[in-house]
Amino acid sequence: MRIILFILSCISLSSYAGVIKVGREQQHKSITAAIDAARAGDTVLVDGGIYYEKNLVINKPIVLKGVNQPVLDAEKKYENISVKSDNVTIQGFVLQHTGVSSIVDYAAVKIYNSRNVSVIDNIVKDAFFGIYSQYGTRCLIKNNTLTAFAKTEQSSGNGIHCWKSDSMQIIGNTVTGHRDGIYFEFVTNSVIWRNQSFKNLRYGLHFMFSNNDAYINNVFQNNGAGVAVMFSKEVKMFNNFFQENWGDAAYGILLKEINDSYIEGNHFEKNTSAIYAEGANRIFVKRNIFKNNGWAFKIQASCSEVMLEYNNFLGNIFDVGTNGSLVLNRFNNNYWDKYEGYDLNRDNIGDIPYRPVSMYSMIVERNPPAVILFHSMMVSLMDKSEKIIPSLTPENLKDEHPMMKPLLL
Amino acid sequence: MIIANNINKKFGRLKALDNVSVSCNKGECIALIGPNGSGKTTFIKAILGMVLCDSGFITFNGKNILHDWEYRSKIGYMPQIGRYPDNMSIGQLMVMMKDIRKPKNIQLDEELVNKFELDKLYDKRMRTLSGGTRQKVSASLAFLFNPEVLILDEPTAGLDPVAAEILKEKIIAEKAKGKLVLITSHILSELDDLVSQVIYLQDGKLIFHKKIEALREDTGQEKLSKAIATVMLKGR
Amino acid sequence: MVKIFKYVIIDILRNKIILAYTVFLLVLSLSIFNLEDSSAKGILSLLNIVLIIVPMVSILFATIYIYNSAEFLELLVSQPLKRKTIWLSMFGGLAFSLVTAFLVGVGIPVLLYEASSAGIMLITSGVLLTVIFVAIALLAGVKIRDKARGIGTVILLWLYFSLLFDGIVLFILFQFADYPLEKLMVGITTLNPIGLSRILVLLKMDISAMMGYTGAIFKDFFGTTIGMIISLLVLLLWIVLPGWLSVRKFNHKDL
Repeated sequence: MRIILFILSCISLSSYAGVIKVGREQQHKSITAAIDAARAGDTVLVDGGIYYEKNLVINKPIVLKGVNQPVLDAEKKYENISVKSDNVTIQGFVLQHTGVSSIVDYAAVKIYNSRNVSVIDNIVKDAFFGIYSQYGTRCLIKNNTLTAFAKTEQSSGNGIHCWKSDSMQIIGNTVTGHRDGIYFEFVTNSVIWRNQSFKNLRYGLHFMFSNNDAYINNVFQNNGAGVAVMFSKEVKMFNNFFQENWGDAAYGILLKEINDSYIEGNHFEKNTSAIYAEGANRIFVKRNIFKNNGWAFKIQASCSEVMLEYNNFLGNIFDVGTNGSLVLNRFNNNYWDKYEGYDLNRDNIGDIPYRPVSMYSMIVERNPPAVILFHSMMVSLMDKSEKIIPSLTPENLKDEHPMMKPLLL
Repeated sequence: MIIANNINKKFGRLKALDNVSVSCNKGECIALIGPNGSGKTTFIKAILGMVLCDSGFITFNGKNILHDWEYRSKIGYMPQIGRYPDNMSIGQLMVMMKDIRKPKNIQLDEELVNKFELDKLYDKRMRTLSGGTRQKVSASLAFLFNPEVLILDEPTAGLDPVAAEILKEKIIAEKAKGKLVLITSHILSELDDLVSQVIYLQDGKLIFHKKIEALREDTGQEKLSKAIATVMLKGR
Repeated sequence: MVKIFKYVIIDILRNKIILAYTVFLLVLSLSIFNLEDSSAKGILSLLNIVLIIVPMVSILFATIYIYNSAEFLELLVSQPLKRKTIWLSMFGGLAFSLVTAFLVGVGIPVLLYEASSAGIMLITSGVLLTVIFVAIALLAGVKIRDKARGIGTVILLWLYFSLLFDGIVLFILFQFADYPLEKLMVGITTLNPIGLSRILVLLKMDISAMMGYTGAIFKDFFGTTIGMIISLLVLLLWIVLPGWLSVRKFNHKDL
């Protein structure tokens, strides 16, 4: 990627070769003036220092580059940078004190209806919305660090917010303290890769009406409600970490009305519910690790053809929770640390099926205050007797081929 | 010294003590006599505060015993069946009792301990003792603290004749020192040369409380056993 | 007071059962901590022991001891001693020896392996449960004259507190499932010292955070300092109330 950019910039430099400098000792004292002076394809180099440019609008294809991290301060009144042209690059700035409004979604960088915009290596501090794309296409948002100090959901905005965009690349960003870390609505064919989203007020990643996207190798940690993936299809979720999303209504992933998607190689640790699935169809859940969660997998009866295969379930309070007796999903070849069966033919697959739904989890599902009985003698007796004679737990919710040893994942 | 005033005690439906009023004074040796289940032991336990009366009251030296406990330091009690913590040895029991009652300015009276030769058995556990030895322990404990009042419930039961004789002599000696002795026994012949008064209980009721001379006069019998037998026949 | 207490202790220590109980707890705790892969998990396993075995041993041992001490009590009552003193010494002696056994058997291993706030809470509630069940045993022992009936009763009481009570709670939860019962549950929990101790220890562990919305409600009460203080006061009340009732009863008992 960098090489391509480098080549592209070489080409552009060689063909136009316009470099305009901004700074106290430079020709232009303000960035606005420099942009006014620039022609398409020019590079505007901004020296270190603090700049109060009110709302900086970029309406021509230029490269805006900070040297020694210049600070662009919007005085809590304006949008720091509005991008209203294709082929714009913004790199190396500190963007801070974005205006807060309940009518307009001010952002540190807002891309309006443009293509090929790159926002790279910026530090966004105390923004309302961080980096915002509306009708953006083929934009790159990379290696930015976004830090906000949101107090309430109403008075705060999202870190990286994409709306009605396509072919976006969100790579290597760190988002914290916003409402939602990364927000996707009506975004297609995009990738979210190697980002870290933690301690955001609501969701680490909020994902709606967005099809054919992938998020890979991200870390979602300690967010108010974890990650929500809703009303979408063809979503690939690979090798992410979902950790410590604890609380009243916190999930590792909340799946709602999701079809034809893949959840593979992820690591869920210490979440209230690692995966909560409602109205999910044709989902492949493979080779994930569920460790020390409250519920590893909460699957509502509205789900069908969810396939759970080759996952490791370790130290969860409840492995699987469900609210009905109808089961249209398949569990196969998982490792469950609570499995007490045997393996006579030594093929490493247990000879008797494992029922991952305990009676107590059914009770808590129907009657949440029953958590007060957690770890009591009565509950353990109940679970033991239910294992011998199942009555309340769904008859056919079972793993027919449980593994005897944890899978190497 | 000990005055019982209209005391009543019921165990369920059984009236163990029915309106009993008695007054016992210093220097007397009083025999508590009555058929089995007449309320003798209950009466003794009431004096000791081990059984609480339903109504009526008992005074000791003019003080109501109900909310008092210190008066018991003036009483030596020998129970009918001496029951002691199984795991203790005689020596430990003695040490403990001395520790609990911590006699101040009181000369310990170890005469019985010595005469019964209990010091040779100091290491024996209570549960290994025979009934007779237990009685010896009980008797020794009752006299040990030189109390003003001695309450002896069937003192000679289970004792061999030699020991019984030692005990009897001891009782006579203590009575001579002006102490009050309350004693129950089935073997009335034993009491002949001991007692100065007789309290007769039947079905929880006090039938009479008389000086022994008066009893002899009334019944015309010299021996106590005969005299009582006469009374019992009359009662029928 | 101190003297009688001393003799009760000496008498209990002559009984090898306390020693056996100590060794049993010690072996159990050490093997749990060595077998579990994390000591936090060890606390969770130990919690089961504390909640089941400690109340059972405490109530049974204390009850049997009371009945077996009938002679001793009779002897003491005929001596110049206050009945209250005698009974409280009995209580103190039993509580002291059982608590010591628990502290040696469970307290020391916990402090060695997992001296976290959950560990401290486990020790605290174990100590309180021991004393509570001694107090209940004393009350049963003084109320019921017959030894066999007395022991039967305390076994039932133990079953009630460790099993039946939770069954009743579950029954209520399902009968009144349409009502918001979270607040009521907090109140009901205080009626069972075993359940209360269980929740206090669990709330000191990570897992409580994973119990969802209702778990959070309980945490909001029991997890706060005030909630904690109230819970501990309730546990103390569970000692004082049966203890006081048994003293009153013993004061009027015929021996």
